[in-house]
Amino acid sequence: MLTIHELKVQVDGKTILNGLNLEVRPGEVHAIMGPNGSGKSTLANVIAGRDGYEVTSGVVTYQGNDLLELAPEERARQGIFLAFQYPVEIPGVANVYLLKEALNTVRKSRGEDELDAMDFLKLVREKLQLLEMKEEFLYRSVNEGFSGGEKKRNEIFQMAILEPKLAVLDETDSGLDIDALKVVANGVNALRSPDRGIVLITHYQRLLDYIVPDYVHVLADGQVVRSGDRSLAVELEERGYGWIEGHAGDVAGAQAG
Amino acid sequence: MVGLRATQEMLPEPKLGESMSHTAVGTEAYLAAHQALASALPAAGISWLDRSRKSARDQFGEMGFPTTRDEQWKYTNVRSITRQAFALPPADSLSIDRALVDNAIVPGMDTYRLVFADGILVPQLSHCDDLPEGVTVTGLANVLRTDSAHLEGIFGKVLREPTHGFNAMNSAFVCDGAFVEIGPGVVMDRPLELLFISATGGEGMLALPRNLVLLRAGSQATLHERYISASPARCLTNAVSEVLIEEDAKLHLGRLQEESERSFHIGGLFAEVGRNACLTTNVVTLGGALVRNDLAVNLNEEGAEVRLHGLYVAHGRQHVDNHTQVFHNRPGTTSNECYKGILNGHARAVFRGHILVQPDAQKTDAVQNNHNLLLSPNAEVDTMPQLEIYADDVKCAHGASVGQLEEDAIFYLRSRGVGEMEAKQMLTRGFAAEVLEELEPPPLREYLQDRIDRLMELAK
Repeated sequence: MLTIHELKVQVDGKTILNGLNLEVRPGEVHAIMGPNGSGKSTLANVIAGRDGYEVTSGVVTYQGNDLLELAPEERARQGIFLAFQYPVEIPGVANVYLLKEALNTVRKSRGEDELDAMDFLKLVREKLQLLEMKEEFLYRSVNEGFSGGEKKRNEIFQMAILEPKLAVLDETDSGLDIDALKVVANGVNALRSPDRGIVLITHYQRLLDYIVPDYVHVLADGQVVRSGDRSLAVELEERGYGWIEGHAGDVAGAQAG
Repeated sequence: MVGLRATQEMLPEPKLGESMSHTAVGTEAYLAAHQALASALPAAGISWLDRSRKSARDQFGEMGFPTTRDEQWKYTNVRSITRQAFALPPADSLSIDRALVDNAIVPGMDTYRLVFADGILVPQLSHCDDLPEGVTVTGLANVLRTDSAHLEGIFGKVLREPTHGFNAMNSAFVCDGAFVEIGPGVVMDRPLELLFISATGGEGMLALPRNLVLLRAGSQATLHERYISASPARCLTNAVSEVLIEEDAKLHLGRLQEESERSFHIGGLFAEVGRNACLTTNVVTLGGALVRNDLAVNLNEEGAEVRLHGLYVAHGRQHVDNHTQVFHNRPGTTSNECYKGILNGHARAVFRGHILVQPDAQKTDAVQNNHNLLLSPNAEVDTMPQLEIYADDVKCAHGASVGQLEEDAIFYLRSRGVGEMEAKQMLTRGFAAEVLEELEPPPLREYLQDRIDRLMELAK
C-alpha cells in the first residue's frame, strides 16, 4: 500500500533522507528505529505532508498513486494517519468537536454517511474505554493542558476513531511510563488488521515488547541500513546504535522486500 | 421630546473645503446647539440637573474633542468624526419598524427589553411587563421628569469627572437612555436587553444614550447593551453608562456593538463595585468604522471583584480602540481581564489596559491579558499594558501578544482530514471561544459566533 523508492529529502538545504526505500503492505507492522537525527521523524512528516520538507528525488506511492501530490488533508481522507511526536495544543477547540469534524470528513470521502449524534457518541465511548480515558477528555480543548502521556493517548484515541488504512506513529512511546505504554500498545494492537499497515517509529526497543512488529528497519544517515525481524531490535538493544552507524551506506541487502 | 427638533438647524452643515481641515466641526457647533436646546432638554429647570449639565457643557468646551497629542488618544484619530456635524434626532423621527427589532432578537433568548431609536426610548417597542417586584426598568428621561429627586446624588456619582470631551458632551445634553434599578436581594429571572438602534433617521444622526444601572445590595442581574444600526447611514453614537453595584450584588453586563461599518461609536462604561460584589463585563465589538470603548471600574470595598472580557473582530479599514482601567482602591480586591482581537484586512486595533493598585489595596489580585490574532499582513495592533502598583503585598500578572495562526496547529488539523480553510476557521473560532464562553446566556454565544463566522466569510 505504501512504496517508498530512493527518497531524498532536504530540510533547509540539508539532506536528511538520502535514498530511502520502504515497502509496507496491508496487515504489516513495520518498526523504524535509529539514532537521533537519522531521519525518522522526517520520514513521518513527509508521509503526512508537512510543509518545509523538500523532496529532491525519489517516489512515494500510496495505493498506487503519487502520495506527494496530495495535500495533507487529502492524505488523511485517503486513510493516512500520523500520530504526532509532539501533539499540538489547540485552545478553544474541544476534542469532541475536532473528532466529529475529522471523522465526518473522512467518512464522506469514503462515500459513507455522516454518523448521527447517537452513533458517534457510542463509537467515541467505546474507544475511550479502549484507551482507558475519561469522558471529560472529550470536552477539553485539544491537547491543552494535557500531560505528555495524555497527549500520546489522545493521538491513539483519534486514530482508533478514524480507523486509518496506514498509521504512522512517530515516537508515540517517548515520555510514557510503563502503564501508559501498555495502554497505548493495547490501543494499537486492537487496530492491527489484515487491511491496515502500521509504521512504528521509535528510538527504543521497549515499545516492541508490546507491539510486536513484522519487520524492523534501522535508519542511519537517511537510509535504511539494516532490515530484519524482531530479533534485529533485540540485537540493537544489546549492541547500541554505534554498531550500526559504522555501516551507514552499506545498503546492499538491507531491504526487507 | 419637544425642542430636540431644533438641533438640526442649529448645527451648521459642513461647507465644502472646510471638511478637509483638521477640525471642521469643533465643539462650537455642539455648544451652540446646547445653548439653543438647554431649556428644552428633559427635566430642564431641575436645579441639580441644570448645574450638572452646565458644568459638563463648560468642561466639554474646555476639553474639546481629543486629538492624537493626547496620550490616551495617541493611536486613535477622531478627525473622521469631527469632519461632519451630527445632530440629535427630531422628535417626530421615532416611528421605527418593528421588524428591525424582531430581526435583532437573539434566537432562544427570552429577555426584558427596552428599545431606543437614536438614543431615545421607544416605549411601544419595549417590553418590560411583569418585572419582578422591586425592579425598575424605564427611560432615564421619564425618571428625570417624574422623580428627579430619586436620582439626585446618584446620577453622575460614578462618572464624577468626564475623562474626555465625548463623555463631557454626553453629560452636557443628557437626553435619554435606560434607568435600571434592581432592588435589594432581587434576583432577575431573565436577562434585560437594552437595544440601541442608531441611524433610524438617516445620515448624520447623533445618539447620546445615557444609562444608569443600580444594583442594590445582594441583587443579581444579567444586562446587555446592544448597539445596532437601522441603516448604513453614517451616524455617531456617544454612549455613557454609569453602573453602581452595592455589596454582595452580582451583575453580568454585556456590551455588544454591531453597528454598521460606516458608523462611529464612542462608548463609556463606568462602574463602582461594592463589598463582596462582582461585576462581569463582556465588551464585544464587531461593527463600526471607528469605535472607542472606555471602561473604568473602581473596586471600592474589600472583596470587590471584576471580570472583564473583551472581543473585537475587525476587517476592512475598521478601527477599534479599547481602553480599560481598573482601580484597586481597597484591600482584598480582585480583577481578571482578558481581551482578544481578531484582525483582518487593513483593520487597526488599540488596547490599553491600566491597572492601578492604591497603597491601601494590599492583597490585590490582578490579572490582565490581551491577545491578538492578525489574519492579514496589513492589520495592525497597538497593545499597552500599564500597571501602576503602590502596594507591596499584591499579585499582579499581565500578558500581551500579537500573532498569527500557528502553522503547526493548521497542519495538525489538516492531518486529521480538515481542509485548510476549515482548519483556519476552527482555530479562529477557538481563539474567540475563550471570551465568548463567558457570555450569558448560552444562546448569545452561538449568535455571536455565527455573526463572527459571517464576518470572516465576508473578509475572505
